[in-house]
Amino acid sequence: MSIPRADGGTGGRVVLVTGGSRGIGLACARHFQSLGDRVAVTYRTSPPAALGGQDAQSPDLLPVPCDVRRPEEVEAAFAAVEQALGPVEVLVANAGVTKDTLLLRMSEEAWNEVLDTDLSGVYRVVRRGLGPMVRAHRGRIVLVSSVVAFLGSPGQVNYGAAKAGLVGLARSLAREVGSRGITVNVVAPGVVDTDMIASLGEQRVEQLLAMVPLSRKASPADVAGAVGFLASADAAYITGAVLPVDGGLAMGM
Amino acid sequence: MSDDASFDKFKACAIDVLQVPPDKVVPEARFGDDLDADSLDLVELVMALEEAFDVTVDESELEGIETVGQAYDLISAKL
Repeated sequence: MSIPRADGGTGGRVVLVTGGSRGIGLACARHFQSLGDRVAVTYRTSPPAALGGQDAQSPDLLPVPCDVRRPEEVEAAFAAVEQALGPVEVLVANAGVTKDTLLLRMSEEAWNEVLDTDLSGVYRVVRRGLGPMVRAHRGRIVLVSSVVAFLGSPGQVNYGAAKAGLVGLARSLAREVGSRGITVNVVAPGVVDTDMIASLGEQRVEQLLAMVPLSRKASPADVAGAVGFLASADAAYITGAVLPVDGGLAMGM
Repeated sequence: MSDDASFDKFKACAIDVLQVPPDKVVPEARFGDDLDADSLDLVELVMALEEAFDVTVDESELEGIETVGQAYDLISAKL
């Protein structure tokens, strides 16, 4: 089922968004859905809430359970998507967690949990998704990093390290698979209106917003627009790029 | 499976993955110089062979494999 589009885009692609039950991931899923793509989302704790409501009838948002810390669950999720929709053509690695505390108080467990999900989880997902893309000689990979990779954030040594790691991952991989027409890019969101940001506390959010030239939070849809662009035909010659979606918060970094 | 049948299957994988004419896939052909294969092509070929022959090839076993014949010997030793 390929839906031709007037703008020359490629509707009807198979898209997988990890961590797609809420926040940025869900916004990305909806964005691709609106383009006519066939979209699967992975979730760890709960399937997309809206699936029980307005989207219950939608055959195009396929929820698959997956804890990206577990290779066998990553394999099972891809197998389920491939069986239901076909090989993944656009992969958005978005699943991530935080476990904030100052380094002096940061346990091995808090460090490992965040690295295992936010960095190693991306390794697992991308590694599994890449084979079919290499064979097809096309594919789009977008990694969701964070402004914290460049700006730093007290209490987020683990998260900042993982999110900065994604840039090196993306750029090395971009060089590995460029000859196959596969692009690998990164978006670096700033203060986005999500549960994750809310957990920082109002005071910290106000502090951050004071440094944002556009002086507002991003909506998840703002980030989805950038992710959608990097996966679009218009971004065919962009790879290894980091696209900040931060209202100017970290400009120049 | 006879040796001939195995080699034909191997050859089919190579032709498919490397997009080369059948007459170039001979035991003495070098992947890099003769078949114009880059490292990613070889990874793809190994994955295709693993699937076709239902074998597992460890990274370390690929050390020093440069020709079609060497690669075929590696696979056929596992059958």
